[in-house]
Amino acid sequence: MNTSTSTFVRTEMLPQQTPPITEAGAVKWVRENLFSSVLNGILTVLGVAVVVYITLQIAPWLSRSVWVASSLSECRQIIADRYGEGATGACWAVIRERWPQYLFGFYPSHLYWRPVLTFALLCVAVAPVLFDKLPRQMLWFSLVYPAVGFWLLWGGSVWVPVMALAGFAIGYAAAKIVQPLAGTIVATIAAVLAPVLWWLFLAGPAADAMQSILPIALQGVRSREFGGFVLAFTIGFTGIAFSLPLGVMLALGRQSDMFIVNKLSVGFIEFIRGVPLITLLFTASLLLNYFLPPGTDFDIILRVIIMVVLFAAAYIAEVVRGGLAALPRGQYEAADALGLDYWKAQRLIIMPQALKISIPGIVSTFIGLFKDTTLVVFVGLLDPLKGITDAVRASTDWKGIYWEPYIFVGAIFFLFCFAMSRYSMYLEGKLKTDHR
Amino acid sequence: MSEAIAREIDHSHMQVSDEVAIQITQMNKWYGTFHVLRDINMTVNRGERIVICGPSGSGKSTLIRCINRLEEHQQGQIIVDGTELTSDLKNIDKVRSEVGMVFQHFNLFPHLTILENLTLAPIWVRKTPRKEAEEVAMHYLRKVKIPEQANKYPGQLSGGQQQRVAIARSLCMKPRIMLFDEPTSALDPEMIKEVLDTMIELAEEGMTMLCVTHEMGFAQAVANRVIFMDQGQIVEQNAPKEFFNNPQSERTKLFLSQILGH
Repeated sequence: MNTSTSTFVRTEMLPQQTPPITEAGAVKWVRENLFSSVLNGILTVLGVAVVVYITLQIAPWLSRSVWVASSLSECRQIIADRYGEGATGACWAVIRERWPQYLFGFYPSHLYWRPVLTFALLCVAVAPVLFDKLPRQMLWFSLVYPAVGFWLLWGGSVWVPVMALAGFAIGYAAAKIVQPLAGTIVATIAAVLAPVLWWLFLAGPAADAMQSILPIALQGVRSREFGGFVLAFTIGFTGIAFSLPLGVMLALGRQSDMFIVNKLSVGFIEFIRGVPLITLLFTASLLLNYFLPPGTDFDIILRVIIMVVLFAAAYIAEVVRGGLAALPRGQYEAADALGLDYWKAQRLIIMPQALKISIPGIVSTFIGLFKDTTLVVFVGLLDPLKGITDAVRASTDWKGIYWEPYIFVGAIFFLFCFAMSRYSMYLEGKLKTDHR
Repeated sequence: MSEAIAREIDHSHMQVSDEVAIQITQMNKWYGTFHVLRDINMTVNRGERIVICGPSGSGKSTLIRCINRLEEHQQGQIIVDGTELTSDLKNIDKVRSEVGMVFQHFNLFPHLTILENLTLAPIWVRKTPRKEAEEVAMHYLRKVKIPEQANKYPGQLSGGQQQRVAIARSLCMKPRIMLFDEPTSALDPEMIKEVLDTMIELAEEGMTMLCVTHEMGFAQAVANRVIFMDQGQIVEQNAPKEFFNNPQSERTKLFLSQILGH
């Protein structure tokens, strides 16, 4: 065929063909990914050597695990008997023996069913939030779950959480009543103000009154008795549940045209981000007592949760702001042009997209928050990593044990953090609609 | 130039009534200290098809964006369908639900399917039952000739298809006025025609339309008035035949020679 002539007319279109055989298969993969050059070949060999070495070092220790023993000396005796003098092995018996303490801290042992039930219900409450295939009616349970969980964990009168929930109903009612009379902005203010006033001044007396009429109560458990993973999960999951909505509101506040709202949001975010979490926790545990009226018994876990929520919310606000900034202006304009008001546009158009973009950052913040719950040890609460482990190692039976408790606690944290990470990847994949 | 408009236009429903749809009087707008719109006076009657053209930066997009208050004017009066645009949010929402808008970059919601894009505003703003809203949406999707794309996402459609979806999305709100902000400027030549066809059909049904566009073929075929803007002012307006064949102002002549010259 002579292609040098300048005129050319194709008479038939070329069909699609399969790629050459060298472009597929395991050999190609190995060659491309492991030995693509001399340097890469050396690095591959070195990498494999390191992995093998570490495995050889740890494997014997792990393989000589002892699961049943009542003290470290007994544990060592068993290992010496089985594998000869001088052999080392892992002594997981400590976890087995101190399992309740790791899970519940000093929570009264006859009430262990309550945290267990709370955790089971947590799974039920979280499931419809995480997986949208589940029936949407389950979300109603998710909404009341915080009150249920609170009552189960701390006990006391059932009317306290009921009255706390009533605050939300009051806020909703206030908004509905004020909206037609004074417009959206005033209604929004009323929806915030009415429940706050209710919680501050009326909820307590109302709960007492109801309790005297119809006493329903569980045995109370004091916050100082909480510990271990019950404590970590209580703070972690509450923090996660409340910091996301607060963070979203702060992000919107920071984007707002309203001067006061904007400056308050910016000030709050920058202040909280500029202060270490430890400082906030110390403030919560020590300083607040000086400022509050004497005799006020402001629960220590509640104080810690508030600080953790504020801390995480400031970070989430910035992550979400990044998501908001990534949205083209056209999305806002299209929503406006269709006649959607601010809140509808946010809920239906802006937030679904901004949050989708922010998922990796939000989940990172959540993972950080969850791990930071171990910091509560500095305000005298028994976190699983240091609080409980120190208590275990201080006992005569387990004095001198070192690796096993930390590996165990680390493994549990890893399990939950890894689950969060995988879920975020699943969610990103599911929400991917750009098909690029 | 006008090869995009290949067919005969049916003028039987294209009647201009005496009823005023949009009334703009002595309107001024500034961006900071920059005077973008200067003393705009304009009346649009129901059924009119107006094409607004002019060099870039002449304020033509800003003008039509003022009509549904995507931009705020600082002086003068804009009355749309009897409702004056002020900072009163109720009036703004009322006007916006009566006025449809089509953007240069489509601005479909990428996280929603085509059908959801179309039913969102009817369901949440007009409180139409979902089923009814979906029927209306399918009606308009058939009208813009892409009913088979209803369950796809915007990212899976071509530019021309996306713009037709955007037109259908506006129509689902049953607007009495449609604004087009350079609807074909972001499209490949092959796709411009399909969007223009949709717009022509809309004009043939008697829709009141304001189009910012450089498609002069469309202007000649459909518009009953062409407005030429420069430096934030209305420089010339006339019936398309007069406007193109016998432009009065020097600026208009220069502009036409530039866009029609090649």
